[in-house]
Parts: sequence; C-alpha cells; structure tokens
Amino acid sequence: MRNNSKLANIYLGFMLVVMYLPIIIVIVYSFNSSRISSIWGGFSLKWYEELLRDRSMFDAAKNSLVLATSSSVLAAIIGTLAAVGMPHVNLRGKGVVEYISTLPIMIPEIILGMVFLVYFALIGLPFGMVTLVIAHTSFCIPYIYMLVKARLVGIDKSLAEAARDLGASEVRVFFDITLPLILPAILSGMLLSFAMSLDDVVISIFVTGVNTNTLPIKIYTQLKTGVTPKINALSTLMLGVTLLIYILSAWIGKKGSHREDLQMEGK
Amino acid sequence: MIKRLYECIRSLKINCLAFLAVLPLFAFTFIFVIGPLAYMLILSFLQRAEVWGVVNKFTFKNYRDILEPVYLKTFIESFKLAITTTFLITIIGYPFGYFMAKLDAKWKKRMMMFIFVPFWTSSLIRLYGWIIIFRANGVFDRFLMTLNITDAPLKLLYSYPAVLVGMVYVLLPFMILAVYSSAEKLDWSLVEAARDLGASSFQAFLTISLKLTLPGLLSGVVLTFIPSMGLFFIADILGGNKVVLVGNLIQEQLMKAHNWPFAAALSVILMILTSLMIYIYRRISNVKELEGLV
Repeated sequence: MRNNSKLANIYLGFMLVVMYLPIIIVIVYSFNSSRISSIWGGFSLKWYEELLRDRSMFDAAKNSLVLATSSSVLAAIIGTLAAVGMPHVNLRGKGVVEYISTLPIMIPEIILGMVFLVYFALIGLPFGMVTLVIAHTSFCIPYIYMLVKARLVGIDKSLAEAARDLGASEVRVFFDITLPLILPAILSGMLLSFAMSLDDVVISIFVTGVNTNTLPIKIYTQLKTGVTPKINALSTLMLGVTLLIYILSAWIGKKGSHREDLQMEGK
Repeated sequence: MIKRLYECIRSLKINCLAFLAVLPLFAFTFIFVIGPLAYMLILSFLQRAEVWGVVNKFTFKNYRDILEPVYLKTFIESFKLAITTTFLITIIGYPFGYFMAKLDAKWKKRMMMFIFVPFWTSSLIRLYGWIIIFRANGVFDRFLMTLNITDAPLKLLYSYPAVLVGMVYVLLPFMILAVYSSAEKLDWSLVEAARDLGASSFQAFLTISLKLTLPGLLSGVVLTFIPSMGLFFIADILGGNKVVLVGNLIQEQLMKAHNWPFAAALSVILMILTSLMIYIYRRISNVKELEGLV
C-alpha cells in the first residue's frame, strides 16, 4: 500500500523535469554566444566577461550582500532573544504581539511593500539601504523566531535545570546550555533569511532609493525593458550562490539532528 | 525607570531577563509592523492632495472608488485568476505531495531537496526561464514547429495562459510541501485496514487518505491563494499589459498615479480578504500554524 505505482513515479519524475526546465534553460543560454537567446550560436563565456566589466552590477551585488547579511543578522538577534524569552514573560497581549510579528510573511508582499513606502515617507526616513534593511528584517524575523521556537520545544529542559541547581546564573545557562542547542536552528533560520532577502524584489522595489539597486531589482528592470544575455550569466551566478547556501543549510540541519541523536543516546 | 532597569540587570532574575529579551521584538513589531499597518488604515480614509501628497481630511471616497466598474473589474479578474491558479495547483500539487509521502526514506530526502532548491532560488530567475521558453520563436515554438504540430510562432508570451503558467509554477512548491507534511503523518495502516475490509483503493483514498490530509490541502490552498492576488511582477513580465491584477493596480496607484490613499484602500480590502481566508481556514481545520510554512 505504501509503495507508489509506476504511473505515480513517472508523474513525480515528469513534474520534476518541468520544474527544473526553466532553470536549466537559463543556465544553458548563459553560455550561448548568440545575442538572440532562442538561437544557439555555440559555447562562449563572453556574457560572463561582460558582466564582470559592468560596474553597476558590482554595486548592485555589493548592496544585495550587505542587505542580506545585515537583515539576517539583525533578525537572528531579535528573533532568537524573543523566542528564548517569550515563554518566561507574563505580559498581557503577548500572544497578540507574537501573532502580529509574524504578519510580514503572512500578508501579500505587495501590501508589506506599500505600507513601508508610505510609512517611511511619513516618518521621514530617507529611502536607501536603511529602509531596505528595516523592511527585510521584518520578514526575516518570523522565520528565525518560528524555527528557534520549534527547536526550543524539542530540547531537554532538565539540562537547564541541572545547570541552575549547580549554581549557574540564567545568563550562564543561556550561553552554556540553551544557545549551543538552538544554534543549528538559528543558523538555518539565518540562511533561509539570507536567501529570502537576496531574492526579494517586490518589497525592495517599494522601499529602495533612487541610487540603491539590488541584483533582483536590476534583473526586474531589465526583464521589463529588454533583456541581454548578460542577465542569463547573472542569474546563473545567483543560482549558484543560492544552491551553495542551501547545501550549507542542509549540512547544518544534518549536524543538528545528529546532535539530537547523541542527546537521545545519552539518556 | 532606568533605576528599575539597572536593578533588573543586576538581579539577573529570569522574569526580568526574559522581559529584556523580548523587548527588541516588541519594539520592532510596534514601530515597524503595527505602525505601518495602522498608518495604511488611516491613510485609506484620507484625501489625496491636488498635485502631490495627502490632505488630512476624512473621506470614504477611496472605498467608493473601488466600486467603480474599472477597479471592480480588476478585483474580479484577480479573484478569477487566483481561483484558477489555486485550482490548477491543487490538481497538480496534491498528487505530487501525496505520492512523495509514499516514497521510501531515501527518496523522500532527495525529493525534499529537489523541491527546496527551486523554492530557495529567485522566482524572478525561474520566470525568466519561462520567458525564454514562451518568446516568439522561442524554445517552445521551435519544439512544436519541429514536431510539425504548428507551423507559425504561437505568441505565447504576454498572454493570459503565460501568466497562469508563471503563477502555478511559482506557487506550486507551497502546495506540495503543505500536502506532503500532512500526508507524511498519515497512518497507512488505516488505509490497509480499509482495503482489507473490502474497500477499493479509490474508496480507501477518498474515505481515509483524503480526509486525513485535508488540513495540508487547505493550508496549501491558503498559501497559494493569498500570494496569487498580489504577485504583480508575474503579470508584469509574462503578461505585458494584458493582465492587470489588484497587485498591479496598487503598484500603479502608488508609483505612477501617486494616489496613495487609494492604494491604501485597495490594500486594506486585499488585507481583509486575506485575513478572512486565514480565519475560515482556521475555523474549519482547527490548526493554529499553517502547515508546511517553515
């Protein structure tokens, strides 16, 4: 009963091919020497060379990296502290605040982009890197908060209690016991945030300044105005980076579950 | 206040430290989530100034304007596209997630990886792949012409079907993951029991599997329906100007027409529709977290 019929497996395989087809086509055509993307003119690296010579692409890449790094770090600090502290506070309405803090990933992106645009204009924040970081942090926090919260439920409470009985302060308990145990969750949350921030276009378009471009914004404007195969090269490089982040995250996840196994064995 | 804070830090009591720990999240949420959302609500009742900006005068005009045939049509079109998208995703994604849960552990892991990689990569880049495929004389046209199915380019890019394909393609992983996570927990011995008692495999699926994976299916519906109302860039790059969604309307009012109060009113309505969906979902499925979200 648990095994798939042959037809089911063929379906799975076919859908995977469809899912990967556009990605593969982008990669293949990035090595195409012809300018017209539907004609194959032979293998060439010239679009990569042209990409590397483009100064504005470099600036956009730098902006994207700064943005993704700062928002995932900020979100990791805010999200982790909150997830650890939340079970111990008795504040009225903490459930409501907890719910509202996850809204940025629940509501359509365009609404988030629009409210940030009008709000930043209202409080007079100049549009640019600062507004981008705030907006991206808002949708990174929920990922980290939820992952760390889920991880905290799974860890053995007696460890922290034992440390306390032996005279460790709460701060010490956090740094020596809790933090190492939730570290895999924090790291995978940060990597997910990093990837989400690196790829975001909808929210960025609304909150960016005139002179601050990120890579997705550059791709978006080019797709709207007219594409050169340079975009293929850029997309391929970005795919590579995302794949790397994913592999890293999967590796951390594996190590995390390995640690859990050890803990279980120790019992 | 500061004295109490100082004492709190010195005492190192857990309640107090916990309070300090959640403080950044509370502050951030108040200033950068509740603040903007509240302002959106206020803005939607204000008047637009003649040339630029907003006049602080209360009005219902923005909401009345939504009822104008042009805008109402956009809402209805958006809704139709969202429903069609969600329907197609359900048909394609449900069997995928369900079959995936039936694979053995090794293949399950591999499949998870296969699903997650496109999920992590930029939807913009993946849509660009579709542009190359759909473009006149593009990959798809050439394929059909070499097979002699068609003899002229189909002009698929910048059409309604292209937008539909883009939507389904971008949102499909949400459905797959949601269905998978609930099919994974399914107790297969129940299905076996039903089969032993004489149910056909289709009957067993209908009465046991489908019922027990319904929470995943529903959460997949919510997770695909909500974004499909607002993904304006898909309609933008795959539909040209032919398909206008609520998302496109909001963007246009915001960036081109500079009618911020009207854009705010549109967003409020979209937000209410979204909350309604989530509320209904929670009432019928009794689950707090959307399955497969993280």
